[in-house]
Amino acid sequence: MRRFDRAAWIFVAPALIVLAVFFFLPVLAALLISLTDFDLYALADFSNLRFVGLKNYGQLLTEPLFWKSLWNTFYFVLLGVPLSIGTSLGAALLVNSKLARWRSLFRTVYFAPVVTTLVAVAVVWRYIFHTRYGFLNYTLGLVGIDPIDWMGDPHWAMPAIVILAVWKNFGYNMIILLAALQNIPEDLYEAARIDGASSWQLFRHVTLPGLAPVLLLVSILTMTGYFQLFAEPYVMTEGGPLQSTLSVLYFMFEEGFKWWSLGRASAVAFLLFVLMFAVTVLQLRLGRREGAA
Amino acid sequence: MTRRAAIAGLAGVAATAAGCARRDSRTRLQFWAVGREGEVAAQLIQGFTAQHPDIEVQVQQLPGTAAHEKILTAYAGDTLPDVCQLGNTWVPELYALKALSPLDEFVSQSSVVSPDDYFEGIFNANRVGGALYGVPWYVDTRLLFYRRDLLQQAGFDHPPQDWAEWSQMLAAIKSLVGPDRFSVLLPLNEFEPLLVLALQQPGELLRDGRWGNFRSEDFRHAMSFYEEMFRQQWAPRASNTQISNVWDEFSRGYFSFYISGPWQIGEFKRRVAPQLQDAWMTAPMPGPSGPGASTAGGASLVIFEKSKNKRAAWQLIEYLSMPQTQRDFYQLIGDLPPRRSVWQSPVLAQSVYAKAFHEQLARVRSPPKVPEWERIATQMRLMAERVVQNQVSLNAALADLDRQTDEILEKRRWMLDRHAQV
Repeated sequence: MRRFDRAAWIFVAPALIVLAVFFFLPVLAALLISLTDFDLYALADFSNLRFVGLKNYGQLLTEPLFWKSLWNTFYFVLLGVPLSIGTSLGAALLVNSKLARWRSLFRTVYFAPVVTTLVAVAVVWRYIFHTRYGFLNYTLGLVGIDPIDWMGDPHWAMPAIVILAVWKNFGYNMIILLAALQNIPEDLYEAARIDGASSWQLFRHVTLPGLAPVLLLVSILTMTGYFQLFAEPYVMTEGGPLQSTLSVLYFMFEEGFKWWSLGRASAVAFLLFVLMFAVTVLQLRLGRREGAA
Repeated sequence: MTRRAAIAGLAGVAATAAGCARRDSRTRLQFWAVGREGEVAAQLIQGFTAQHPDIEVQVQQLPGTAAHEKILTAYAGDTLPDVCQLGNTWVPELYALKALSPLDEFVSQSSVVSPDDYFEGIFNANRVGGALYGVPWYVDTRLLFYRRDLLQQAGFDHPPQDWAEWSQMLAAIKSLVGPDRFSVLLPLNEFEPLLVLALQQPGELLRDGRWGNFRSEDFRHAMSFYEEMFRQQWAPRASNTQISNVWDEFSRGYFSFYISGPWQIGEFKRRVAPQLQDAWMTAPMPGPSGPGASTAGGASLVIFEKSKNKRAAWQLIEYLSMPQTQRDFYQLIGDLPPRRSVWQSPVLAQSVYAKAFHEQLARVRSPPKVPEWERIATQMRLMAERVVQNQVSLNAALADLDRQTDEILEKRRWMLDRHAQV
């Protein structure tokens, strides 16, 4: 038994060491840094470092911009995740349809945005969103909608970012959902059809239950990804206008790598960690209840 | 299979590159340049590499908006280059980090860099704590680029002299071009236009370099004028990222005044529509009462303390400071030389666009010389944006700006007090 224990430890040791060096140590260091006013001055001369206790946290919790970035991130997640999954599901159903031709072509086309470079694509999208010359406003104009100042109006900038993010990412989930769709046995559909089910009933009672586990997985992955919103506003709006597209991660980046207030940035990171932890626990609870039901 | 082949191929390329580097015995100089200057730096130093076959200069371009954070990141990561173009407001910041190498010894032995030939204010902007840390590369100040034709149609035959006259012009052009076009472009993602207006006031932006002074009557005056230009619809509430092409929009008459710097001379010549080339001009900034001041900007060439090739780095700086190179530099992109002798050369003396800059350079003022200035200026811009977008009242904005500035400067005050005690 003892020998078995030792062997087990030896086998897990490499993984544990890697975890310790690349995860636990940095996290511990960040926690310590978040209790100091570590900045560029401290980097130049260590005697400029002060221990400030929980001051960074206190300042953050009373900082309107932090709350704003938090709200922006939630807004992005609430708007973006359902839209993204809905689009992916729609695209997967279309591509999977028996009426569809050139399936592999469409699959490739829909997947293409996932593998494009965001920065390059952002340049194109900036033109699409352009208030006066943009394709989007031109199209809206055809159906009589007045031009929208996508990148300049604080109310529309985040929806614009959502559109870009959904366009960029839906292909990935589509592929996963497509695989799941193809795993639903054809006999189920046939049996339901013989019983006289309409196509909506087919979707509601055959397709959706068949997809449920995969949908849960996809929603968890998408949500975690979307909470880490950074690159889209960084290249499209620089967090503006009026900081309406500033996400928590962007806020942390600015504190840490633009102004080098590493103490405050670490505190943001820890608050974000607590938040993500809470959300994940909530999701797992929901998932478990779904599974039990 | 294909992936493995690709990886093998990449490894091969890397190995060859490494091999080349090892065989090369030349001194390698890293030179970082920013924005437009970065684009032409490689071309500018061709003469240097011809004169010094033993030195290989690697030029890296930094985009203007990311240069500051990139340099700080490089400092933290210990990957700073040998020579760098550094905005002269950043010199105090990197001096505070002890990242810069003093240049007095090099200058005293140099036959090329003679301090007497430089504009004094600009040269001394590079002196911190009694030592010289940078050699001015070009001078920079902001002034007006404007459409002569539209101004004429609005009934004016000369550029504005003071704010009152400028306001009349802005209003006249606005009623000329209608609701879809504007008189002036003040991009909401740039702090410079507001800073210029603020520096035209006699008051200081910081008290003793320790506290914010934005609630002062002087700053309020500047901010009110800035805000009025948006409220009157003279300026669009837009940032530069929304104006997809400044020169196209200028040609279309989307705006008639634009506050920018000397590098735009070259850009305007190249990019403004050919039929409008006679229609644009530069003019000194109008002030609250009579001709006004503008920012004492520009960039210097610095050597970082950690550089192992300071001698070669200095040779590069000397080359870039030679009157001939500075003339070429001006002709390439219109950057203005900091040396008086170069201003007397025909290319500059005859340029109609440079004249306004020469005039403006007599009225320039430095922003506060504190390392935190960049961050304070950014807060100032964000607060101005909120005022312009009617998110907050002017009084509340100024009070908030003072509070933020005091918070940013807290560490500086602590350090100054501590040094005072020692």
